[in-house]
Amino acid sequence: MTNSEPLLDVRDLSVTFTRKGGPSVRAVDGVSFTVRPGETVGLVGESGSGKSVTSLAVMGLLPRRGVQVGGQVAFDDDDLLTLPRDRMRDIRGRDIAMVFQDPMSSLNPVVPIGIQVTEVLERHQDLKGDTARAAAEDLLSRVGIPDPARRLKEYPHQLSGGMRQRALIAMALACRPRLLIADEPTTALDVTIQAQIIELLKELVQDTGASLVMITHDLGVVAGLCDTVHVMYSGRIVESAGRRELFAQPRHPYTGGLLASVPRLDAPRGAPLHPIPGSPTDVLRWSRGCAFAPRCPNRIEPCTDGPPPLESIGGRSLRCLNPLTETEEVATR
Amino acid sequence: MLKFVARRLLLLVPILFGLSVLLFVWLRALPGGPAQALLGERATADSVARIEALYGLNEPWYVQYWKFVSSAIQLDFGNSARTNRPVTEEMARTFPATFELAIAALIFAVGIGIPLGYYAAKKYGTWLDNVSVSGSLLGVAVPVFFLAYILKYVFSVQLGWFPTQGRQDPRIDADHPTGLYVLDGLITGNLEASWDAIMHLVLPAIALGAIPLAIIVRITRASVLDVVHEDYVRTAEAKGLWERTITRRHVLRNALLPVVTVIGLQAGLLFSGAILTETVFAFDGVGRFIAEAISNRDYAVLQGFILVIAAMYVVVNLLVDVSYGLIDPRVRVR
Ligand SMILES: Nc1ncnc2c1ncn2[C@@H]1O[C@H](COP(=O)(O)OP(=O)(O)OP(=O)(O)O)[C@@H](O)[C@H]1O
Ligand SMILES: [Mg+2]
Repeated sequence: MTNSEPLLDVRDLSVTFTRKGGPSVRAVDGVSFTVRPGETVGLVGESGSGKSVTSLAVMGLLPRRGVQVGGQVAFDDDDLLTLPRDRMRDIRGRDIAMVFQDPMSSLNPVVPIGIQVTEVLERHQDLKGDTARAAAEDLLSRVGIPDPARRLKEYPHQLSGGMRQRALIAMALACRPRLLIADEPTTALDVTIQAQIIELLKELVQDTGASLVMITHDLGVVAGLCDTVHVMYSGRIVESAGRRELFAQPRHPYTGGLLASVPRLDAPRGAPLHPIPGSPTDVLRWSRGCAFAPRCPNRIEPCTDGPPPLESIGGRSLRCLNPLTETEEVATR
Repeated sequence: MLKFVARRLLLLVPILFGLSVLLFVWLRALPGGPAQALLGERATADSVARIEALYGLNEPWYVQYWKFVSSAIQLDFGNSARTNRPVTEEMARTFPATFELAIAALIFAVGIGIPLGYYAAKKYGTWLDNVSVSGSLLGVAVPVFFLAYILKYVFSVQLGWFPTQGRQDPRIDADHPTGLYVLDGLITGNLEASWDAIMHLVLPAIALGAIPLAIIVRITRASVLDVVHEDYVRTAEAKGLWERTITRRHVLRNALLPVVTVIGLQAGLLFSGAILTETVFAFDGVGRFIAEAISNRDYAVLQGFILVIAAMYVVVNLLVDVSYGLIDPRVRVR
């Protein structure tokens, strides 16, 4: 981690889905974080915590209707949220790229892989014809796809899931973006492939110097990859810390629960896992208190009086009135 | 690929056989017969018997069927009882006419239907969307016969913008090497004849194309609405591609797959739709000829024409399936 100016500065981002004839849903609620050049940031949380919506808001890819977005997303000197759509199109794919969760459905089934790679180069780098094809071949071999010349002519259904995700990574990195957002890029893949893809991302990011926002619900992925981690719950960041500090000493009971539920290689065989009790749908509205309170082992009376503030303590941010202490954290293991 | 085509063409044999038997039995079950129709009210038992003997209609139906099949295999369908000319000759005259009309109707339906369906989906929930959805409901609900009459009355009779009937103004002296009048005019350098043929096609094509248009609008709209929410469209957006590229390469190429199937089905049905349209516009094509053959119990014409139309239907569907394989790599036939 360097101390330079942040590349991406998300300030107080909130996203509300307004449905006709239904209650509106605040999927992201006052989220702030920064990403420095070359930094790898983890965005962690259970399903529905607003990770994808956050990344889509940064990319300007939220649906245009039925969505209210507030806050700022500063990138370079621009606020991405108010940028004209054509300017945003110039930035997407060139400066900020994204890899999505499901490689099976993220490639166009009726267009050859080659065209899906070269179209980014044509769009942003003015490469054409043979030059573009050569560059695409080069990209495919860099992401570890053997026989790239043949693969370029093939269609997505002729590639395995892992190969498709590699192809998608190649497309994302084609224009050497300064920021790559990966939204659970391994969730849809076999366990053995998962590690390979993470390793590949790590290498590529190191080689190109790009920053990476890694979205995952798997703290195991974060452990081997991220410099900084933000833990999200029900649309808000509940704890932000450096990776070392977070793993050494989780302070938010939710973070503690996530850590305790990760299978540990050094644990004795048959040692019980500790999933967080309750389900992510069992939440309190933030306006009425801590959303995690209904599932929280550390809940105290004031937790349900109002929203706990995000406070900085010892180099980290924490949104909790009764955080874990060192002894408690050990006890959950 | 070739194997696939051959297999499908082989299927034609049982289809045509079954259809021909059905046709044969059905025609002979109709009240009255060709002799009756020819002679009209003055028919006597005697004169009817004479005519029936002349056309071999007094023989048992299986004998007649056998005679029909053995000559049909040599593409001889006998003579029309009404015009007394070979059925094949009548086909050579009327099929190009209806083919031309069907093409015009398809150009109308596809040319308007796909853009309209696309924009309706793009403007989902707006007035344009509502108008095209309710308009396409109307298009399916209005009987072709009625629509044809309205079009003719308003645009030909009242406004005089288009000719009321036929395929070509009789005052125009034109050669017809192919029987496709628009093409003929172009080939022979007679542009006036071409233009005149086009003007004659406009209203019948709209009447005939209305139902396919309505269906194409609806299918295109629904399909585009599905596809724009696909992950690969989001991927394309994430690449910052121009909207143009995303629409053409990522949305339409996928959204049009089901539309192609529908177009194929509709293309096959145009020949039966043509019966009403051609009658209203006195358009000298297959439809009108069949309609007249039915009221005249013209067995030979009905048998020959309907079988050929059925064969064409199968071939059109085969073409659709083959083209589907060309545009969708996942179903590429082996
Ligand atoms: N298009 C939408 N319309 C309405 N609500 C939405 C929409 N997209 C997301 N949401 C809501 O926003 C909330 C956050 O969703 P999001 O997809 O960001 O979760 P996530 O953290 O990415 O979860 P996962 O791990 O399952 O991907 C969810 O409660 C979801 O119901
Ligand atoms: Mg998600």
